Amino acid sequence: MRRLKAQVSHLVLPLSVLVVLIIINLIKGADYFSLTVVNGALYGNIPNILFGASELVILAIGMTLVTASSQGQDIGIGAGATITSAVFVLFVLNAGDATLLTIVVGFLLSCVAGLVVGAFNGTLVSVFKVQPMVATLILLMGGRSIAFMIDGKLSPILANDISNQIGTVIPGVPIQTPIILTAVFIAIVAVVLKTTNLRLYVESVGINPSAARLNGISPKKIIFLTFLIMGVCTAVAGFIAVNKAGRHDSVNLLKFIMMDAILAVAIGGNSLSGGKFSITGSIIGAYTIEMLNRTMLRLEIQTETILAFKAVFIIILMAVASPVVRDYAKKILQRVRTIGVSSTVRKTGAPNDAEVSNPDTPVKKEE
Amino acid sequence: MGSLNAAKPKKRLSNSNLLFLIAAVIFVLMYGLAILSYPESFLQFQTFFDLFNLNAPLIIMTLGLCIVMIVGGIDISIGSVCGLVTMACAVLLESGVGSVWGALLLALGIGIAFGLLQGYLIAYLEIQPFIITLAGLFLAKGLLTTLHKNPINVTMPAFVSLRDFKIVIPWLGTQNRLGVFIPCEIKPGVIIVVVLIVLLAALMKWTRFGRNVYAVGGNEQSAMMLGINVKRTKFFTYVICGLMAGIAGFVFIMTTGAGNVGNAAMFEIKAIASNVIGGTLLNGGVGNLLGSPIGALTLLIINELIRAAGVQSNFQAIVSGLLLYLFIVLQSIVMSLRGRRKFKLALPPWLRLPPWLPWLQGKKKAEKQG
Repeated sequence: MRRLKAQVSHLVLPLSVLVVLIIINLIKGADYFSLTVVNGALYGNIPNILFGASELVILAIGMTLVTASSQGQDIGIGAGATITSAVFVLFVLNAGDATLLTIVVGFLLSCVAGLVVGAFNGTLVSVFKVQPMVATLILLMGGRSIAFMIDGKLSPILANDISNQIGTVIPGVPIQTPIILTAVFIAIVAVVLKTTNLRLYVESVGINPSAARLNGISPKKIIFLTFLIMGVCTAVAGFIAVNKAGRHDSVNLLKFIMMDAILAVAIGGNSLSGGKFSITGSIIGAYTIEMLNRTMLRLEIQTETILAFKAVFIIILMAVASPVVRDYAKKILQRVRTIGVSSTVRKTGAPNDAEVSNPDTPVKKEE
Repeated sequence: MGSLNAAKPKKRLSNSNLLFLIAAVIFVLMYGLAILSYPESFLQFQTFFDLFNLNAPLIIMTLGLCIVMIVGGIDISIGSVCGLVTMACAVLLESGVGSVWGALLLALGIGIAFGLLQGYLIAYLEIQPFIITLAGLFLAKGLLTTLHKNPINVTMPAFVSLRDFKIVIPWLGTQNRLGVFIPCEIKPGVIIVVVLIVLLAALMKWTRFGRNVYAVGGNEQSAMMLGINVKRTKFFTYVICGLMAGIAGFVFIMTTGAGNVGNAAMFEIKAIASNVIGGTLLNGGVGNLLGSPIGALTLLIINELIRAAGVQSNFQAIVSGLLLYLFIVLQSIVMSLRGRRKFKLALPPWLRLPPWLPWLQGKKKAEKQG
C-alpha cells in the first residue's frame, strides 16, 4: 500500500490538472466524450487530443530521459526532427514508387539520422561537459537550414497513399494511425525500462554523477545513451509529423515543440534538475498540454489571447505545485485538523486518519 | 592560453576572467579577419558604429540576461517582453494621449512588472526558472497579439524627431566616391548601451549585491550559510533583467519607430548565444558582464562577415551554428585544461580599488569568504 502510494503520489499533480480540464470541458458542453464514426474511424474530442499530442508525447519521453540524466534540457528537438524527416522525405521521393518497403527503409534511415543528431549533442554534453541547453542551441540555430539543404527545395510534398494512411487512418482500422504508433512507442519504452537497468542507471547519474562513477556507472556513457534515445525519439516524432502534414516544411515543422515538451516534463512532476523521473507523468503532462490547447479553442477564446491564458494557467499550476506553497498548505491543513480533532474529541485513529487522507503532500523530494 | 598562465604563475586568472579574455581575443581576431577580407567596408568607423546602432536592444538584453545567468538562472522571456514593450509604446504614442516620456515610463513599467512577477515566482516560490520564464514568454506574446496585431508606424512628431535624432561626430568619417565628407553618426541608443554597461559592470564588481550574485551562483548553499539573502538576490536579478528588457524595448522602438508582432522575436536565443560566447556559464557563478556585449558583437560580426561574403542565407545559420560549436568546444577544452581546481573569485589587479578606501575593507573580506 505504501509502495503504491509512493508510486502514485507524483502523478497527483498531472492527474488533478487533467480532471480539472475535463470538468471545465464538461461544464462547457456535456457532449465532450461523444464519439462519431466517420469513414470507419473514430473521431471526437478525446481521439483528437490523442491524435494531436502524438509527437509531443514521444518527444516528452525522450526529454524526460535527457533531463533526468544530464540535468538539462534539449532545446534543439524541433530542428532535429526537421533534419530526420528531411532525410525520410528525400529518400521516399527519390525511391520512385512509394511502397511499404521504401517507407520503412526511409524511416530507418531517418532513425540513423536521428542517432547522428543525438550523437552530436551527446558528444558535446558528455565528453566536452557543455550544458545541454547550450549544446543543443547549436542545432537550434543551424538545424533548420541543414534540413532545408537536405530537402533542396521549398516544402516537398509527400503525395502517396501509404504516407497519407500513416498520417490519418488505415482503412479498416477504427483508430487514427499516429495514435497507434504512439501507443506502440510507449509500449516499447515501457518494456525497455522494465527489462533493463536503464532507469536505475539514469537516475543515479542524474542524482550524483561522481557517486555514480564511483559505483561503476559511467556517467559519460549513460548521458550519451540518453541523447541517442532522444535522437530516435526525434526521428519517430518527425516521421509522424511529416506524414501528418503531408509535406515537409522545414521552417515551421514542430517549431516551438521544445517548449511544450519541457513543459510536459515539468507538469509530469519531474524535476528539471535531473534525478528521479516518471515517464508516465510526462506522458500525462503532454496529453494535458494538448487538452489545454484544445480546451481554450473550445471555450472560444480568441486566438490572439490563447497564449496569455496558457501562460496564466502554467503560472497558477506551477505555483500550486511549488514546494513552498505545498509546505504552507500542509501546515494550514494540519492546523485545521488539530483544531477539528480537539473540538470533536476523537480518541484513537485520528492521527492515523490524518496520515492516510493526505494525498496532496507526496513524498516527492528529489530536487 | 597556456603561455598566459605561465607568464603569471602567482596570480591565477579566475574562470570568469579567463573566459572573458578568450571572448575578447576571439572578437579582436574576428574583426581583424573582417578587416583583412573586406578592408574597404570594415575599416570604416561607421561600420563599427552601425553594429551598435542597429543592435543596441540585443546588447542591452544580453546584459540583463548575463546577471541572471551568473546567479544560475535563465530568462527566456526577454525577447517577447521587448516585443510587447515596442507594441505597447507604439499603441500609446499613436493613441494621441501619450507622450514620449509616458512611453518611456510604460516601457520601464512593463519590464519591471515582468521582472517582479517572474522574480517572485522563481525566488520565493522556488519554481524552476525555465518554466516560469517560458510562461512569461507566452504571456508577453499573448498580450502582444491581444494588444494589436498589425504593424503600427508611429507618426507622432515628437517621437519622430527622437527617432531621427543622431549624434554626429564631425572629425570622424569617410569620404564617398564624389569626395564629399560623410561624418560618422551615432544613435542615442548607443549612449544608453554604454551607460548601462558601465553601470551594471560597476554594480557587479563593486557593490555588495554584485558579489552576492556571484556567491549565490557559485554555490547557493554556502552563500546561505554565509548569511547572504539568497532569495532576495535572485529576486533582484530577475527584476534587473526585466528592466533591461523594458529598456531594450524602448531602444528598439526608438531605432525602428514601429510596433510589430515580429519585433525582437527569438532574441532570447541570440542573447543566450552571445552570453555563452562571452564566457558566462549557464551553471552560474562564472561570467563577466563585459563579456556579454563582446559576445554579442562577435556573433553580429560573424553575421556581417557571412553577409558580406554573399553566401546563401541558409549557410549563414549553419555557419553561425558551427562557429558557436567551435567556441563552446574551445571554452570546454580550456576549462578542462585548467583542471577541476577550486573556483577562485578574484578581480584582476587593474580592476581593484586602492586598499586605502576604508569602507571597502569590510567588503573585501566578505568577498574572500564568498
